[in-house]
Amino acid sequence: MIAEAGLSALWLAAGLALLQLVLMVVALRSGADVRRAMRSIAVVQGVLTLIAFAMLLIVFARSDMSVALVFENSASNKPFIYKVAGAWGNHEGSMLMWVTILAVAGAFVAMLAHRTSERTLVAALGAQAVLALGFYAFLLIASNPFARLWPAPPDGQGLNPLLQDPGLAFHPPTLYLGYVGLSVAFSFAVGALLTGEVDSRLARAMRPWVLGAWILLTLGITAGSYWAYYELGWGGYWFWDPVENASLMPWLAATALLHSTNVLAARGALKAWTMMLAVIAFSMSMVGTFLVRSGILTSVHAFAIDPQRGTFLLALLAIYVGAAFALFAWRGSSLKEGAPFELVSRESGLVVNNLILTVILGVVFVGTLYPLFVEAVSGEKLSVGAPYFNAVAGPLALLLAVLVGVGPLLAWRRQRRPVLHRLQVPALLGATALAITFILWRDMHILPRLGFTVGAYLAAASILPLVGRNPLRAPVATWGMVVAHFGISVALVGMAANAAFSSERLAIAKPGDVLSVGPWLVQLTDVVPTAGKNWTAVEAELRAAKGAQLVTLTPQSRYYPDPPTQTNESSIRTFWNGQLYTVIGNQDASGAWQLRLWWKPFVTLIWAGGALIAIGGALALIGRLWRLAWRRRPSGDAEWRKERYA
Amino acid sequence: MSRAIRFAPLALLVLILAVLVWRLATPADTNVHSALEGKPLPAFNLPAIIPGKPALSSAELATGQPHLVNVFASWCVPCVTEVKVLQTLKDRGVHIEGIAVRDRPDDLADFLARNGDPYERIGSDPQSDVQISLGSSGVPESFVVDGKGVIRYQQIGPIDASDVPMILSKLEQAR
Repeated sequence: MIAEAGLSALWLAAGLALLQLVLMVVALRSGADVRRAMRSIAVVQGVLTLIAFAMLLIVFARSDMSVALVFENSASNKPFIYKVAGAWGNHEGSMLMWVTILAVAGAFVAMLAHRTSERTLVAALGAQAVLALGFYAFLLIASNPFARLWPAPPDGQGLNPLLQDPGLAFHPPTLYLGYVGLSVAFSFAVGALLTGEVDSRLARAMRPWVLGAWILLTLGITAGSYWAYYELGWGGYWFWDPVENASLMPWLAATALLHSTNVLAARGALKAWTMMLAVIAFSMSMVGTFLVRSGILTSVHAFAIDPQRGTFLLALLAIYVGAAFALFAWRGSSLKEGAPFELVSRESGLVVNNLILTVILGVVFVGTLYPLFVEAVSGEKLSVGAPYFNAVAGPLALLLAVLVGVGPLLAWRRQRRPVLHRLQVPALLGATALAITFILWRDMHILPRLGFTVGAYLAAASILPLVGRNPLRAPVATWGMVVAHFGISVALVGMAANAAFSSERLAIAKPGDVLSVGPWLVQLTDVVPTAGKNWTAVEAELRAAKGAQLVTLTPQSRYYPDPPTQTNESSIRTFWNGQLYTVIGNQDASGAWQLRLWWKPFVTLIWAGGALIAIGGALALIGRLWRLAWRRRPSGDAEWRKERYA
Repeated sequence: MSRAIRFAPLALLVLILAVLVWRLATPADTNVHSALEGKPLPAFNLPAIIPGKPALSSAELATGQPHLVNVFASWCVPCVTEVKVLQTLKDRGVHIEGIAVRDRPDDLADFLARNGDPYERIGSDPQSDVQISLGSSGVPESFVVDGKGVIRYQQIGPIDASDVPMILSKLEQAR
């Protein structure tokens, strides 16, 4: 009965989504007041999807093998956490999770959005209903998660061992929350284009969703980068793999949107551009999902591939994004530009920020899809790798980082007094860093050299918005911005140090051999067989010494029999000034072992920087929600301006 | 904002969707094709591996007659079924030469005794050097070589019974 209850709840929710859409059309045509009905429908729809998802969790937790999905993706002897996580570790369950998050987000929009006009809210909820309907249709028609098996088999087929990792239990929900946040921004944009009410109230309603999505995407990219670093055993933190690019593109668009939303909220300017970005940000998350699921690009994420589902996602993408772009094309001309601003102003600073971010987005997008286009046109096969991305996106990112130091110092509308003198200390720091790199490391590559320079400069410049005022009285959102911008400088220095100072050692060694890597001497003392629950491995014992410091590392080469998979478990030791990273490979004919050793100075700063950026975003979100909850007042605009000019 | 700019995103989307649909409809060919199709064989001289079976060198493939050069190994499972198809080609008068990749004499003799031996010559390529110089990325692969020693066609994967007429016509064109 549990599965049937879940399915019924899902059908009811789909019916309510359809009703929500019909009500929107009626309301926009006749001007009828449907707001209260809309709100109730959105909330009930959210509750119904939650019930359906809870039912799925229950059948997975109870290992009810009469449900086909449980039989295919679970087994009764699995640890409890993987039984529950198994509910979304498959296509049907993850689609149900996606619509659940979407519908619950819709319910929150309906309950919390006091800031937009009622017409726009109704239109946005209608747009959200259209998004949800596509996924309801797919679930109910083509991939019912509650389908039964008769007779019920005695036990299930188990979950892919690669997915039995606590990190992967949280990876899809984080990503979906981020994508759904962008879908709310998308719905608001479509709603506002329908009603023609693109204004600062809309921007303020959108902003918490964009910010929340951006924080989760930042965390997702940072965590994913660290996972690839320690798990794949290649010693790199970013490979420009199509799936990594698929996660980077929505993030770049969301970063641009975050900043342009601020312009729209504070000054009512950049209307058309912000609407465009809201559509692009959500499109990029759909493109990302499509690239991962359809398998049309070769990547390490190949376990999620299914071409038919790819076709379905592409159809949804075409409908949603096509409709939004068409709406933009027809209604865009009705948008009146907002308050004017001068060449040197906060607004123009943010326009430059948006331009650079958009160009980087274009660079990544073109690089990722270029092989497809070339093959479609000329039949020639090629691949685009890290050299292209680093050479094109790297300098743009550095330029952006320089301007990140300047932008927050500018006033809205018109900067009266010159600001460059405030940047004396940061510029001096940057110049000092540049000089030091020239004195100590003459043959350093240009990008890391500039990375150190800009990193040192930005570390100081990012703090300037708090200098010359009482930092404790500064708004929490300003603190958030400072922390996030400071995080960029931390990550930059980490990347530069990793590029410039990493030492790598590939060697064939027998027990007893001593190898040197960076400042470390590493001895291979022994190689022993070992075994875990569902794998066997050889484990190397490495003694690493630097001066009086002595540590032991134990990298493994693991073999999983079912399905036959070989993995390298790197062994990493973190110190305040870097990481010692070791991997063991295969044994050669003479009985010696392949070893790969890296000394990576300050590499941890990359992820620390990413975490700071996300924390900064969280501070800004808390600050905004705080103001929303406690200081709701109509004169928010004047308040905002006063604070900025202070 | 001009009309052209407003419609640009829509046009761009249509273009991108067209390419994505094309790729979904025609899945990528993940085979690695040799860059040597239409070019002369690289020079090689492989030693014999089976007693009584002559060795293979590139010079022996430019005899004025078309040849089928089969890259195979006794440890390769699809090669077991392929070698029977090669036998029917041999019965139709095709000259078949083998390059045995990373193989051992005993294993290979056993393989030929069990599955049949359509090869006129077999060269041993213990480190895959010649296989790589031919632009072959796996076993089995076969190359149609014309009388002047020029590679005319590369078959990736086993030749099965339905490929026989196609291979015969390729050999005919190479004549």
